[in-house]
Amino acid sequence: MSSRREMLRVLLGAPFVSLLACDETPAPRVPDGELLGPDLAFGHRLREPLPREAWNDAPTRRVSVAIVGGGPAGLSAGWRLARRGVRDVELVELEPELGGTSRSGRSELTRYPWGAHYLPLPPASFADLRGLLMEMGAYRSGAPAEEVLVREPEERVFFRGHWYPGLYPFAGASADDLAQLERFERLVETYVGSFTSPFVRCARDHLALDRESAASFLDRHGFTSARLRWLAEYATRDDYGLTLADTSAWAFLFYWASRASDDEDVRDGAPVLTWPEGNGAIVDHLAGVIGDRFRTRALATHVFEDPAGVHVLLLRADGTRERLLADHAILALPRFVAARIAPELALSREGFEYGAWAVANVFLHERPDERGFPPAWDNVLYDSPSLGYVTATHQRGRDLGPSVWTWYLPFTDADADEGRARLFAAEHGDLAEACVRDLRRAHPNVDACIERIDVWRWGHAMVQPRVGFLRGGARFDAPFVHGTIRIAHSDLSGFALFEEAFFHGVRAADDVWNELVGNPRDESAVASPRAESPT
Amino acid sequence: MAEPIAPPDAASHAASSPPSSASLSPGATTLLFVTVLVIATSGLVYELLAGTVASYVLGDSVTQFSTTIGTYLFAMGIGSWLSRFVKGDVARRFLEVELAAALVGGGSAPLLFLGFARAEAFEVLLYSLIVVIGTLVGLEIPLLMRILKERLAFEELVSKVLTFDYIGALFGSVLFALLFVPVFGLNRTSLFFGILNAGVAVVGTFALRPLLDRGTVIRTRVIAAGIAALLVVGFVRADELTTWTEQDLYDDPIVFATQSSYQRIVVTRHDARTSLFLNGNLQFSSVDEHRYHEALVHPAMSAAARRERVLILGGGDGLALREVFKHGEVREVTLVDLDPAMTETAARLFADLAQHALEDPRLTLVNDDALVWLDERAEDAAPFDVVIVDFPDPNHFGLGKLYTSRFYRLARRALADDGAMVVQSTSPLFARRSYWCIETTMRQAGLHTAPYHATVPSFGAWGFVLARESRFEPPTELASALDGRLRFLTNDVLPSLFVFPADMQRVEVEPNRLNDQTLVRYYEAETRELER
Repeated sequence: MSSRREMLRVLLGAPFVSLLACDETPAPRVPDGELLGPDLAFGHRLREPLPREAWNDAPTRRVSVAIVGGGPAGLSAGWRLARRGVRDVELVELEPELGGTSRSGRSELTRYPWGAHYLPLPPASFADLRGLLMEMGAYRSGAPAEEVLVREPEERVFFRGHWYPGLYPFAGASADDLAQLERFERLVETYVGSFTSPFVRCARDHLALDRESAASFLDRHGFTSARLRWLAEYATRDDYGLTLADTSAWAFLFYWASRASDDEDVRDGAPVLTWPEGNGAIVDHLAGVIGDRFRTRALATHVFEDPAGVHVLLLRADGTRERLLADHAILALPRFVAARIAPELALSREGFEYGAWAVANVFLHERPDERGFPPAWDNVLYDSPSLGYVTATHQRGRDLGPSVWTWYLPFTDADADEGRARLFAAEHGDLAEACVRDLRRAHPNVDACIERIDVWRWGHAMVQPRVGFLRGGARFDAPFVHGTIRIAHSDLSGFALFEEAFFHGVRAADDVWNELVGNPRDESAVASPRAESPT
Repeated sequence: MAEPIAPPDAASHAASSPPSSASLSPGATTLLFVTVLVIATSGLVYELLAGTVASYVLGDSVTQFSTTIGTYLFAMGIGSWLSRFVKGDVARRFLEVELAAALVGGGSAPLLFLGFARAEAFEVLLYSLIVVIGTLVGLEIPLLMRILKERLAFEELVSKVLTFDYIGALFGSVLFALLFVPVFGLNRTSLFFGILNAGVAVVGTFALRPLLDRGTVIRTRVIAAGIAALLVVGFVRADELTTWTEQDLYDDPIVFATQSSYQRIVVTRHDARTSLFLNGNLQFSSVDEHRYHEALVHPAMSAAARRERVLILGGGDGLALREVFKHGEVREVTLVDLDPAMTETAARLFADLAQHALEDPRLTLVNDDALVWLDERAEDAAPFDVVIVDFPDPNHFGLGKLYTSRFYRLARRALADDGAMVVQSTSPLFARRSYWCIETTMRQAGLHTAPYHATVPSFGAWGFVLARESRFEPPTELASALDGRLRFLTNDVLPSLFVFPADMQRVEVEPNRLNDQTLVRYYEAETRELER
């Protein structure tokens, strides 16, 4: 018990655990479940790769386009090529399933997310992404489909023993709190025109904001209200896995200001689209279009170019080796992997840090007790290290009886590696107990309702826009084409957002396609290759 | 209705046990007459409780009262007759009978309520309890008279015991109707008299002390305390069956209450009036539900091109279904109601009212959320000729979703092109914006509508929206030659339902969408205005 308590302290932080610590009595049994996550053992074979010569007598397959990485960026690239009619494509993925951090699970009752779970409606100017939504039936007759718009009530916050509507705890807020909230909203409005989605289309002003933290920005503007600071930090933890002190103020404003524009349906802030399985619905759609032109459990250990083409050296889970020889390759991988397997590209890792997350799916056979505002899609606990939970059955309208809740815990350490170490020191029981303790605050009898808790450990869940991540603006122009190898990943933008992954995947695919059909390169959409600026 | 008293058993006179009533003090004798009063009161209350529960639960109060009371009196006769076989130690036996009466009589109403919710053979439980309690009560007075017989002359004994017995009966009958049922409800009344019976046993250990050995005194007091404690716990926790406060919410006595996973279901009954409440909101009253259900069902059935396949969403009480089956062409009906407890309750409690519609072989019953069911239904499944939507009013988001454009689009998918759909739509009078919001939302979903209303005294002016896939004129006559065969609707009345007086006419409102449930806000504001 004491080691479990110690582990909870490590996971949740000492103040939080002492907050809960009226419980020297043994807690109810921690629910059973599985501990899931990327195949670390397989992935770590990159650390000591076999030499390239080991593939000398491996079978070789020629393809026109090889896509390495089956997350949202790689799938978007594959989707785009398929829609363009390019058939000679092969997508390879290390994991047994496609989808990356947008993957989802399925129970008899419902599908549920394992990671990203919503998409703000993109502005009309982001026509490719709106096109994807139309193709999915999620946008039709000039508006988002009703069934994918988050069903009301969208969100609520648990504050001082009660649930309240919305995310900001209005209950008991002082006049000064409310005045600060209003002033904050007005301040954000002044930035709206400068920020948009995708990231590369943002105006390149306000770069100075990247040199300070969101905390310093709020200080400078006199925002002292504890509730407002909590809400602001909830946003940075939720979207970036960072505290206010570590988030770039530019990225902070991007969060608030990029989701409003002059489009009619986005003016008051972009409506949020969701599915029971979260963004799993999007990646599943993309994968469906790609069809069978992919293979999983295939680890690309080397990617390099020579006069014969791009070589992608693959190691299968059963130890067999294979060489893909492609005319074009798209490296849809996070930077820390891409830099390792394609050393010739000399990809800089400066400014690419990744936060660790634990995601728990809580299977309930009935809904626990609670007080206050009725259940919402997104259920947030004030002053908790977690981000609360989203309810998988909400969107389809199953409000009573069994459900699946997806609970998120970001590791917001100043040093991302320390957070990762904390995450991987925790076992299933530790994370499940942290989850139940958190939920018990708002639902005292939740233990009796839980059937099972599965936990996913994401070591590198998302790239983090820390202070200085724009590298003085160089990130906007970071090269993504290296000969016939294109880089496509949301981390090029510095934001782990589906929109960014999609943008980069589509951009890489279009660049390949232009070359395949002999079109001139679209310079407006493609940053010219030049050296990354030094820090 | 006092207990018939068996004549004192002359044969047992000489043979009675050594401690004699001669040793009872005058004070103890007075105390024993007070216990006669209490015994008589509680005996009568148990009898009335059984009759009341039986008539509430099984209906037909004349039959239920006469059979339960007849059985009860007969069982008392059995008790009196059995008293002759009590030889010796009469005082101890008397106390034992008191304790048993306390336990069984006190627990009778809660047992019947629980039994009704769970047991299939409710009547067996009911009559077994009546026989046991009647027998115990029948034993009480003869035994007491035998204890007192040494103390008093025969004339005085009979006169005093019977006097107290009949006074007790008066107390019981008056207090039961005027005080206990209105204030305590059936369960607490029963438990309260059980506690009194246990008290009588304790008082008896004092009054009859000279006739008892020390062991009996202690044992009786301990057991009485145990039983009283049990009944007190029941009294405190009676809320879980029907609450004191809950009964206050209803004009009529609660005959059935249960908390399902989805809602609180309460059925009240008074004479011939049965009412159903879900989460405290009246769903129907048997006095005028025919107006509501005829108005709900027949315009849509009459507007549709065919009436073979019917879908009812909500309506787990089976009453809309009853109206549907009045159309001979109906071949298949699917009824989707969220709560299995609702349809089970209806099958047992409203079977007569619904003319056994829920037992009809043409019915397919589905317990699921209607939105989820429609969403998951195969797109190419055979469409329905008529869709009847009968949900509780949209007073929270979970119900509001069943009135959204998304819902009506899904319902349209299930509706034949030449079919007709109807939606119960709150009151266009007191919830005018809510009513027109539902109508607007249905048009938003691509339906053509014909709004109409009917007066249902329990609800007031009540609104419905009839809808079809293409533009249409409201029906002018009832299908299936129903004219003249219904209680409320006739061919003359039908067109008048589609005429709206000035104070119920259309107001401009926003449609209700899943992501923006305007209806829930309209409805909440309008009910708040109404309550003010």
